[in-house]
Amino acid sequence: MNIWLYILISAGVSYLIRVTPLVLIRREIKNKTLRSFLYYVPYVTLSVMTFPAIVEATQSPLAGLLALAAGIVLAWRGKNLFQVAVACCLTVFISEWFLV
Amino acid sequence: MMIDTNTAWFRRGLRDGIPIALGYFAVAFTLGFAAKNAGFSAFQAMIESFTNNASAGEYAVFSLAAAGAGYWEVAVMTLVTNARYLLMSCSLSQKLSPDTSLVHRMLVAFDVTDEIFGISIAVPGRLNPFYSYGAMSVAIPGWGIGTFLGVAVGSVLPLRLASALSVGLYGMFLAVIVPPARENRVILGTVLLSFAVSFVSEHWALLSGVSSGTRTIILTVALALGAAVLFPIKDDEEGAAQP
Repeated sequence: MNIWLYILISAGVSYLIRVTPLVLIRREIKNKTLRSFLYYVPYVTLSVMTFPAIVEATQSPLAGLLALAAGIVLAWRGKNLFQVAVACCLTVFISEWFLV
Repeated sequence: MMIDTNTAWFRRGLRDGIPIALGYFAVAFTLGFAAKNAGFSAFQAMIESFTNNASAGEYAVFSLAAAGAGYWEVAVMTLVTNARYLLMSCSLSQKLSPDTSLVHRMLVAFDVTDEIFGISIAVPGRLNPFYSYGAMSVAIPGWGIGTFLGVAVGSVLPLRLASALSVGLYGMFLAVIVPPARENRVILGTVLLSFAVSFVSEHWALLSGVSSGTRTIILTVALALGAAVLFPIKDDEEGAAQP
């Protein structure tokens, strides 16, 4: 099997998945249910991907849980993306010093 | 008042792309290790990352390649593991201005990842493609170079470092979903319910067997559809949708 062909096939499929809706859906969707559905998609999908994954990504689940709490509190207080992301990393780095 | 030039949007994307690039670097480094086991050279693994921009998808490709799988299997597995991007691109199509040209649409599509999608939908109003380009300009190199070094060094990052960097990506998701959840009860309820259902589904026999990518799709379709039916959005004067 040729590795370059593997790369070509996976790249082609990945791109087609992403480009098709963006090229085909050029107008604003009028259907209310569909519009509402697409409106909620990001919140659901990002929530589902965050939890419980954040607790499982760290060496100690408690460190992940602390990062989750820190992230929610800081984002709630309006801290920006960079600040929240760095705070989560630091929370894990420091807490695992004691936990692991 | 935000400056609305393409340059300003590019800079904003670049700034928001930096934490993504750091998180990607750590994940890609680990991915490079899998690529090495599959017989990919550092250069080949880097090209795979530059052209795929997908962690689970690439991991599947490396595992299949290691097993000497057929090309059809690689195509189907790539489709399955990356299918959630189809949903994200649909959602993103409504975030772009309808006037956005074909070229911009094709370029934005290149790097629709969980993270770039996350920051793109958090932009107020319409998405300017240059915001995406700014984020891509740091995220893609972070991803590709991380993979290259993972193969070249041939080991995983120190656990403590990988552990800390990996939550950065989740931190970003929180920065995207929490502020609107604070302002809007329906979004808050949707987020909390999604957390709960996601947690339960991992241990629920019916869904615990499927891959996390497929589970994400099933839960997203079910929960977003439920929210859409129960709380359809209203359009306000500025054209921004509100539940």
